[in-house]
Amino acid sequence: MSVPFFVFFACAVLAIAGALVLIVSREPIHSALALVLVMISLAILYLLLGAPFIAAVQIIVYAGAIMVLFVFVIMLLNAGVEERTNWSKLAKYAGLPLALFLLLEIAHWLFRAPVGAAIANGVGAPGPAASTTELSLELFQQYLFPFEATSILILIAILGALVLARKEE
Amino acid sequence: MEFISQHPVLVASLVKIAVLLFIVMTALAYLTWFERKVVARIQSRWGPYYVGAHGLLQPLADGLKFLFKEDVTPPASDRFVYLLAPFLALSLALTAIALIPFGPPSVRFPNGQSVFIVSDIDIGLLFLFAITSIGVYGVALAGWSSNSKYPLMGSLRSSAQMISYEVSLTMSVVGVLLLAGTLNFNEIISRQSGHFFLHWNVIHTGYGYFPQIIGFLCYLTAAIAETNRIPFDLPEAETELVAGFHTEYSSFKFAMFFMAEYANMLTVSCLATILFFGGWLSPLPDSWHWQLYLPGAGLLLLGLYTAYDTVANMRGIAQLQFAVVTALALGGGAICLIPVVMPIIQGPFWFTTKVLVFIFFYVWVRGTLPRFRYDQLMSFGWKLLLPVSLANLVITAFVIILPKLGHP
Repeated sequence: MSVPFFVFFACAVLAIAGALVLIVSREPIHSALALVLVMISLAILYLLLGAPFIAAVQIIVYAGAIMVLFVFVIMLLNAGVEERTNWSKLAKYAGLPLALFLLLEIAHWLFRAPVGAAIANGVGAPGPAASTTELSLELFQQYLFPFEATSILILIAILGALVLARKEE
Repeated sequence: MEFISQHPVLVASLVKIAVLLFIVMTALAYLTWFERKVVARIQSRWGPYYVGAHGLLQPLADGLKFLFKEDVTPPASDRFVYLLAPFLALSLALTAIALIPFGPPSVRFPNGQSVFIVSDIDIGLLFLFAITSIGVYGVALAGWSSNSKYPLMGSLRSSAQMISYEVSLTMSVVGVLLLAGTLNFNEIISRQSGHFFLHWNVIHTGYGYFPQIIGFLCYLTAAIAETNRIPFDLPEAETELVAGFHTEYSSFKFAMFFMAEYANMLTVSCLATILFFGGWLSPLPDSWHWQLYLPGAGLLLLGLYTAYDTVANMRGIAQLQFAVVTALALGGGAICLIPVVMPIIQGPFWFTTKVLVFIFFYVWVRGTLPRFRYDQLMSFGWKLLLPVSLANLVITAFVIILPKLGHP
């Protein structure tokens, strides 16, 4: 058992546990915190894969900004304990089998695909080390158009939020 | 011995963490003393005076008091989150300090590990921001889990404030990143060397350089807001919210929030030193060799003053305590004058001096300015600080790219 292998399994277990708590918990803040745990575990997995920049950005953007907003809104609205509903028919007869099928599919490919097999054997899949310089060169040369298009999309979303939030004249 | 030689990174890191933790904890304790003394002077008082000579044992007494107070957990609180919040606040605040280089990377242990930094990683600055960005949870969760209205108001305010000012904080630093071209702290500092203090980012002028004085001012303002200090201490405004987010915390859990606030102050001051003021670089020209004697001479002078104070002004037990302080200062000064130690101590000496200046500035601001109103805080952050730091970023980028335009 090498150290990366151990860290991988610790983070994987934490991420899955966090995801489960996120769904099962009835207190909205607990769910949000569980999601933060998932984000941070994923960031550590990125570190293991040799992408420290992505890991840091994952923490800053998801755990540090988006989830803080979630928590802020939950606190502001003072959201109470969630109520449980009975299973809807759609969830019972279509959702559950589909979820099971998806899990089986993931398990299948995990042991078939070379990357999955490598991870399962504890080697990890160290792709080309994504240094900040290489990443930004890729981003601002090869993928410049999608990058700028995304930023315009976000700008439009911000404007939309402003229009919705504006007081009626 | 075999273990030490086989795991150089692990052993060196553990030693550094232990020593750093001890130093930082002591420093945090004495920062409270420093702050109370300076604020007292600003307000024409004496400050802590009776516990130890000049109140020097006051932090110890406070710490013991916190330990022995009754630890009250409000029955209506969310117990798990209530316990988690102070742990998050303090552990994240202390983790951030592991990324700070206190001296040049050239000083190494015999096994090749750098002495003055716990983890020297390539994306140091990004990681620091990652850690501080999760730091909001400590304050936000503390207020929510207390299940009480004033703490909730406090943590709502602090979440909104931290989200708002984090943007300006990050933006004000990007100018320095553009000039340095790296996220590694040691490299950012090394780029500022040469021409004694004229190449520090805050005043570095020249072809292809834009002095980051505006960025620095934005950073300083945003940093005070990020650490919830006066004049931006709305999350704990005691005249409106009792004590804000930590109203329901008592005993050592309160002390943990207290320490986290001072640790954040320390981190932010260290970052200002690294990014804008040349970190561990000396402000004096390299050819002035007498600067090697400065740390030792400074400590010896301090020792002489305390020796005079011991003999002339102190009586009874205080005289004994101050004699110990005198012995420590004189002994430390003598050690700093040993030829082997002298070059090693230079980096930490300048770094600590610069950080102390910023800490003093923090306390000075606290003793001088009144608190902002909430709407003033928000409009200041979004309508003034953010545009100014964005403009600084654009101008810096333009000035850097200008010399390269002719030669593609």
